[in-house]
Amino acid sequence: MIAASEFCTYHNIELSFIHSLQHSGLIAIVVEEERAFIPLNELPQLEKMVRLYYEMDINLEGIETITYLLQRMNDMQKEMKALKIKMGIYEG
Amino acid sequence: MEFVDYYKILGVDKAASEDDIKKAYRKLARKLHPDLNPNDKEANKKFQQVNEANEVLSDTEKRKKYDQYGKDWQHADQFDQQRQQRQQQQRPGGQQFADQGEGDFSSFFDSLFGNGGSKSRQTKYRGQDYNSELQLTLVEALETHQQTITVNGKNLRITIPAGIETGQIIKLKGHGAPGVNGGPGGDLFITFVIASNPHFKRTGNDLYTNASIDLYTALLGGETTIDTLTGKVKLKVSPETQHGTKIRLKGKGFPIYKKEGEFGDLYVTYEVKLPTNLTDKQKELVKELQELK
Repeated sequence: MIAASEFCTYHNIELSFIHSLQHSGLIAIVVEEERAFIPLNELPQLEKMVRLYYEMDINLEGIETITYLLQRMNDMQKEMKALKIKMGIYEG
Repeated sequence: MEFVDYYKILGVDKAASEDDIKKAYRKLARKLHPDLNPNDKEANKKFQQVNEANEVLSDTEKRKKYDQYGKDWQHADQFDQQRQQRQQQQRPGGQQFADQGEGDFSSFFDSLFGNGGSKSRQTKYRGQDYNSELQLTLVEALETHQQTITVNGKNLRITIPAGIETGQIIKLKGHGAPGVNGGPGGDLFITFVIASNPHFKRTGNDLYTNASIDLYTALLGGETTIDTLTGKVKLKVSPETQHGTKIRLKGKGFPIYKKEGEFGDLYVTYEVKLPTNLTDKQKELVKELQELK
């Protein structure tokens, strides 16, 4: 886990942004002894959201929509790959 | 090396203000950014061009140089020579440094600004992930082995653990597209496809095969030798074995992925082959047998 304050200093972003993402259910943070920590597995997703917000000027609602649509796209790509493999077995 | 029109890439006029450039960049980034276009190499390539154009046009100093040299870009060579001379003077011994910006910028950009031009950028982007498919035969998937694969012109030697299954994905960290502005490289995901085998069917870690036995062995019992993926095995056939009887050979199936020394089972289905071209004597004996029933 990485301290949320450390992440914010590194990326030069506001801590309130991390809390907004948590309130929207987009990331999970862990609070220990009143300090917020970000689990390592959340980092790639969080960094992506930082880029969307700070570099592409996409607001929180936009990030929510994009995250949902990307997840659906990812699921569909996986399903398509699985079906192609399955088809290959029967064709072979 | 071709002249690259950064204004055209961003779709702005040469008189565009800083704000216009920022807006144009953000609009294109929302469309082409690798975060929003996973597994899309074309979008990734276009985004790198947009990024490069923004890198130049959003920086007053670079934009000035681009406007000056860009129009008559052949002079960039002279500019580059001067720059190199300056660098040699600054570095006693003229030692070479690793090219950290490789692949991020066009050669046109490098000729104008040098690789050092990329150092001033703040935004780091992780490179795109690559997806690849690797087909193995059932026999190849049986043992842990190494294979050399070529991904985007680069040879990679990978270890494939025994027992790998169709659809299983192995991630090679950092072997995807290089990062932008010194960002980390993407990852390479290899999906395995195990080709079907005409003699063995695999379900999980278990293998299924058929073995032919003649009528007499089926009736009276005896021995038969079958082929497994690792060699021949002698089996005892019980008397009065029926056609379609299935037996299990424990631990003779497929190796269990990443569990050394553990194997699935091999299921053998007996196919009783009836004799053909019977002689008169044989026919008589069979009739006798029929009457005894």
